[in-house]
Amino acid sequence: MSEANEGMDVGYVAKLANIDLTTEETALFQGQLNQVLHYVEQLNELDVGGVEPTAHAFPVYNVLRKDEVGTSLNHADVVANAPAATDGEIRVPKILDQ
Amino acid sequence: MQYEATIGLETHVMQKTNTKMFCACKYEYGAEPNTHVCPVCLGYPGALPVMNEKAIELCCKAGLLLGCEINPYSKWDRKNYFYPDMAKNYQITQADQPLCLGGQLTVDVDGEMKTFTIERIHQEENAAKNTHVAGASLVDYNRAGTALMEIVSNPCMHSAEDALAYMTAVKQIMQYGGISNCDQEKGQMRSDVNVSVRPVGQKELGAKVEIKNMNSFAFIKEAIEYEIDRQTALLESGGTVDQETRGYDPDRGETFTQRTKENAHDYRYFPEPDLMPVKIPAEQIEQWRSELPELPAQRRVRYVQELGLPEYDAGVLTADMATSDWFEQAMRHTKNAKAVSNFIMGEMMRLLSEQNCSISESNVTPEKLAGIVALIDAKTISTGAGKQVFEIIFNDGGDPKAIVEERGMAQVSDDSALEGWADEAIANNPKPVEEYKAGNPASINFLMGQVMKASRGKANPGAVMQMLKQKLDR
Repeated sequence: MSEANEGMDVGYVAKLANIDLTTEETALFQGQLNQVLHYVEQLNELDVGGVEPTAHAFPVYNVLRKDEVGTSLNHADVVANAPAATDGEIRVPKILDQ
Repeated sequence: MQYEATIGLETHVMQKTNTKMFCACKYEYGAEPNTHVCPVCLGYPGALPVMNEKAIELCCKAGLLLGCEINPYSKWDRKNYFYPDMAKNYQITQADQPLCLGGQLTVDVDGEMKTFTIERIHQEENAAKNTHVAGASLVDYNRAGTALMEIVSNPCMHSAEDALAYMTAVKQIMQYGGISNCDQEKGQMRSDVNVSVRPVGQKELGAKVEIKNMNSFAFIKEAIEYEIDRQTALLESGGTVDQETRGYDPDRGETFTQRTKENAHDYRYFPEPDLMPVKIPAEQIEQWRSELPELPAQRRVRYVQELGLPEYDAGVLTADMATSDWFEQAMRHTKNAKAVSNFIMGEMMRLLSEQNCSISESNVTPEKLAGIVALIDAKTISTGAGKQVFEIIFNDGGDPKAIVEERGMAQVSDDSALEGWADEAIANNPKPVEEYKAGNPASINFLMGQVMKASRGKANPGAVMQMLKQKLDR
């Protein structure tokens, strides 16, 4: 698992996201993601000592709305847009605790 | 070796808002599945969340009521996990900059006042309701995205009783403050409980076991007691406790392992790019602070100090907000707090429990009870007759004065009427009379009973006693 130590363990992340990857796919994505990480790592060359950490790029705060009920989607449309439904509820494969 | 338990609680409280946290869908318990959903709470691509200002206000007010500091700057984060109760595959929550920080709560635990500290309160969104059927899960997204606060205590409790007293106080305060109805049957208040056990004297806490998602106080108590026993037994036999998440099975009275893998908790938090941070100016905090209602603990003190009620009465009356508000309303029409308190704790609570209804549904209104109390205070009716009037109104309605008149319940204080009954009682009962005169003051009670009987309960007991004494002491 030498690639994993370089930054991101693709197998581990895939497991958390419940994605099944073959060994070949894992190796392929590991290589590609490492390239992306190296690219982003260029940011480390910048001196950000004087920059305040922020959660957002824009200095905008408190984008709020009133607590007033608006229109929800039509139930038939919601069900039609779901992969499957039973008695008005959306049906999905059972996710067991791992 | 002696062991001690340490307990911390993560209490989720659904706020009393009309709409969800980040979209304008209605929050309504028990609606047809998936009828209050939109692109935001269904996680459709491109849909953007917008904060509900009422939810922010309620979360901050909850913080103020629990003695927290309001964070002048807070932000949103994504908590990523794979489970269909969140269509986006992440929950919007607050990781490192929550709305409320610190806080504490002083509560009575079996007669001892204890202070429990609160680490933080953060705002988040609720998850959908899953129902598991054979081979599939059914999801109702009506609850997904509704406003949910998480009140995180420090690991500062040491017994199931501590935890119960803490949760009861939190619930009371949330209800008084209009933050949440905390209806546990509707899932409006749920707790995760962290329990660890260590040898007394050991500095570090033992391995932490988290028992997830319980709404019943009774089950929480059972689960904590079971878990303390289980961990203590493990340590005593030389074993170790695994750090893990467990569930509680109330039918078997046991906790059971849910997840043991360390990576189950890898939520990969990162700042939510779709939401702007929140800044709360000091003036806003002071405005909210000025709007806070009186809390049960403050009311208890006022009832004792200003109304002269016993501690016990003050505790019973403030235990729930509806009763306390009802009492307050009655006090607008009378000055006799103790009489009102007696009626509420006695007749009212008995009849409410017999007929399984709430105080707000009672035919006896605060004003009518004040009317009954006024009739007793004016000695128009006896306390006993007052209780009868109360029950008559409770069952059939009506006006206190009219009932007393119609049924001839007014008591007799008139000397001429009392004198006849008193003379008769003395003449017919020479033995108690002799005993009284021989120095046994209790014997007068028998004579008193005879007079009350003769008057069919209408004689004024105070006047009767005075009359009998006058005659016997002569």
